[in-house]
Amino acid sequence: MTTPVLFDVPGPKARARTRIGTVVGALVVLAIVAFVLVRLGGNGQLEGQRWAILFDPSTNVPQRLFEALLRTLQAAALAMVLATVLGMLLAVARLSDHRWVRLPVAAVIEFFRAIPLLVVIFALYFVLPGFGIRLSTYVALTAGLVLYNMAVIAEIVRAGILSVDRGQRDAALAVGMRKSQVMTLVLLPQAVRRMLPILIAQLVVLLKDSSLGFIIGYFELLRQARSLVEYFTPRFGNDYTFQLYVAAALIYIVINVLLSQLAKYVERRTRQNAKTAAAAAPTLPAGVVPGQES
Amino acid sequence: MQFFTDNFPLLRDAFLTTLGLSLLAGLLALVLGTVLAAMRVSPIPPLRGLATFYVETFRNTPLTVVFFFIVFGLPQIDFVVSFFVGAVLSVGLYTAAFVAEALRSGINSVGPGQAEAARAIGLTFGQSLREVVLPQAFRTVVPPLGNVWIAMVKNTSIAAGFATTELAATLPRLANANAGDILLILLAVVVGYMLITVPSAYGIHRIERRVAILR
Repeated sequence: MTTPVLFDVPGPKARARTRIGTVVGALVVLAIVAFVLVRLGGNGQLEGQRWAILFDPSTNVPQRLFEALLRTLQAAALAMVLATVLGMLLAVARLSDHRWVRLPVAAVIEFFRAIPLLVVIFALYFVLPGFGIRLSTYVALTAGLVLYNMAVIAEIVRAGILSVDRGQRDAALAVGMRKSQVMTLVLLPQAVRRMLPILIAQLVVLLKDSSLGFIIGYFELLRQARSLVEYFTPRFGNDYTFQLYVAAALIYIVINVLLSQLAKYVERRTRQNAKTAAAAAPTLPAGVVPGQES
Repeated sequence: MQFFTDNFPLLRDAFLTTLGLSLLAGLLALVLGTVLAAMRVSPIPPLRGLATFYVETFRNTPLTVVFFFIVFGLPQIDFVVSFFVGAVLSVGLYTAAFVAEALRSGINSVGPGQAEAARAIGLTFGQSLREVVLPQAFRTVVPPLGNVWIAMVKNTSIAAGFATTELAATLPRLANANAGDILLILLAVVVGYMLITVPSAYGIHRIERRVAILR
C-alpha cells in the first residue's frame, strides 16, 4: 500500500462498496484474460503440441533459442564492461581542471545522450561503409551500445563524484596525495559505491537495448525467433509462429526481471550499509531516468 | 547537396511522421499512465494488482519486444492494425508504464496533510485525488515527465525497424548513396530529432519554473 492517507479506514458501507469494486475489478480482469484465451484457443494457439516444439530438442528449436540467448548476452556483456570503463574515464575527464580536456569530453557526452541509440547504430552500420569501414552487425550493435551508454554512465558517475563531501577531497589533498590519487583512491570508490543501484539499473537498460540488434539483423533472440518462423511457415503454415515469438519475448523479460531484482537487492544493501546510508541521496543528472530505455 | 535537395521531401515527411508519432503516443501514454497511477493508489486490490503488474511488465520488456508483439502478435488474435497505428500503440503502451511511475512518485511526494485535510472536509477518494492531490502531483512531476517525453521521442526511432518511415528509417533507405551524401542525411536526421527535443527541454524548463510550488 503506497498512500493509505488517501482514504479513511473503511466503515461497513465503504467496505461493501470496496467488495463490489473488488468483484467487478476481478471480473473485468478475468474477462480480458478470458477474451484473449478464447481468441487464442479459437485459432488453435493453445494446443499442447504447438508449444511442445519449444522443449523438444529433436526439432533443434531449444538449441537455436539458447544460442541466440548466448549471442544476446555476449553483445550485452561486452558492451556493459566497455561502457562502464569508458564511462568512468569520461566522468573523470569531464571534471578535469584543464579546459581543453573538459570541453571536448562534455561535447562528446552531450552529443551521444541527445540522439537516439538506434541512430547511433544506424550511423555505424549504414554510414561508415561509405567511408570504407564495414562493420559486422555484432560490432555495430556493441559499439552503438557502448557509445550511448558510456555517455549516460559518465553522467551517473559524475553525479556520484560530485555528491562526495568536499571535505574528503580537501583532506586527501592535505595529506599530500596527487590529484590522480585523490580521484582513484578517494573519490571514485565512494562515488561508484553510492551510484551502484543506478549503475545496475542502467545496465538493465543496456540489456534491453541489445534487442535493437533485431533491426540491423544481428541474430539475437527476436531475430532468431523470426528466422525460425520463416523456416517453419512454408512447411507447417502458421502453426508455430505465435509460440516462438512468445518464447523469445519471455526469455527477454525473465532475464530483465532477474537483473532488476539484483538492482533492487543492491539498493537495499546500500541503504543498510552505514558507510553509504549516512550520505544524502545524490541528485541524478537531468535526463537519467532509472530504467528508462534510450 | 543535389542529393540532399532531391531527398528533402522524404526527410520532411519522415520528420512529420516522427512528430505525429511522438504526439499521438505521448497523448496515449499520458492518459493511460494517469489512469494506471490512480489505479495503483486506489482502495480496490484487483485494480492495484493489475496496475502494478502492467507497470512492472512493461518496464522490464524491451520496446522492440513490445513492437514485435503488436506488429506480429496482434494478428494472431485477429487484430490487424496499420504499421503507424501499431507504432503509436507500442510506444504509447510502453511509455504509459513510465508515466505511471513518475506520477506515482509525484502522488507520494504530496504531503500527507493535504490528503488528510481533503478527507477531513468530507471529500471522497475520487474527489480528493482529482481536486487536491493530482493537481499538486502533476506540478512536482513536470521534470521527470519531461524526461520521459524526451526519452520517448528518441524511442520512436525503433518504429524504423517495423516498416514506419520515420526519421531514423531514412538512413537504411538511403544507405547506398555515396559517403558525403549519406553523412549529410545523418546530420539532417540528428538535427530533426533535436528540433523536437531541444525546444521540448526548453519548454519543460519554463513550465517547471512557472508551476513550481515551494514546500
